[in-house]
Amino acid sequence: MMRFLAMGGYAGFVWPAYGISLAGVAVAVVLTLRSYARAKAMSAEIESGKGT
Amino acid sequence: MFELANPKRFMDVSRLVLPWLAAAAAILVPVGLYLALFVVPPERQQGDTVRIMFLHVPAAWVAMMAYALMAVCSFLGLVNRHPVADVAAREAAPLGALFTVLALITGSLWGRPMWGAWWVWDARLTSFLLLLFLYLGYIALWNAIEDETRAARAAAILAIVGAVNLPVIKFSVDWWNTLHQGESIFRTGGPTIASVFLWPLFIMAGGYTALFATLWVIRIRTAILQRTVRARLGAETGR
Repeated sequence: MMRFLAMGGYAGFVWPAYGISLAGVAVAVVLTLRSYARAKAMSAEIESGKGT
Repeated sequence: MFELANPKRFMDVSRLVLPWLAAAAAILVPVGLYLALFVVPPERQQGDTVRIMFLHVPAAWVAMMAYALMAVCSFLGLVNRHPVADVAAREAAPLGALFTVLALITGSLWGRPMWGAWWVWDARLTSFLLLLFLYLGYIALWNAIEDETRAARAAAILAIVGAVNLPVIKFSVDWWNTLHQGESIFRTGGPTIASVFLWPLFIMAGGYTALFATLWVIRIRTAILQRTVRARLGAETGR
């Protein structure tokens, strides 16, 4: 396990690359889904208001 | 494709396509990461730093693909005035910028142990940095001009002109002497990378592409919904 984590002595380069990439992608996914959910909720609210 | 320029048609088609895109991303990215970290052996010269390739190269490909899509949509918006085209171009930009940043950072983390430098002003790296500035300029233009039609037109011109940078990025390693390695995958004579590295790379590239497509479609749907809400609210207050 320690050998895997050490990445042949390049852990200081490999793990930050993976960490930053996953964090960047995760932030993009969360922000995109959050604003989509908000837009859907607003649209549904207006639709329901129109019906009344 | 032109049928998708109709917002309603786009919403209908994208609702069907979206789960498949999301499923492809949800499968390919974890599989690619697993192969990159646990299956691929250390490379003879680069050792374990080769594992960075599986993040760096797909991010760079998606960054360039996103710009190409942005330029095509900008062209369609500018020439054919398709209502969804401008929105599609605008929504590709932040995602393209993200993948560009990821490619630059992972490239830097790969370059330091291999070249002994975090950054060099060679043709490939400089043209790729220019890609980031083009994205940022495009996003800034959209935000700087209040009138949406004028903003779309100005941003579209920038996107189309900036597309000249794409072949420069691609062929920079052939046209100039660069520290960056030469083309080793899409080249005449076939790839020079062993298949044990090549297949995980393609899987990861497929995953990143599917992820980009998923987020892009969701962002376009969000923008269309927001536009519809604004139009409805405008109609109600104007009544």
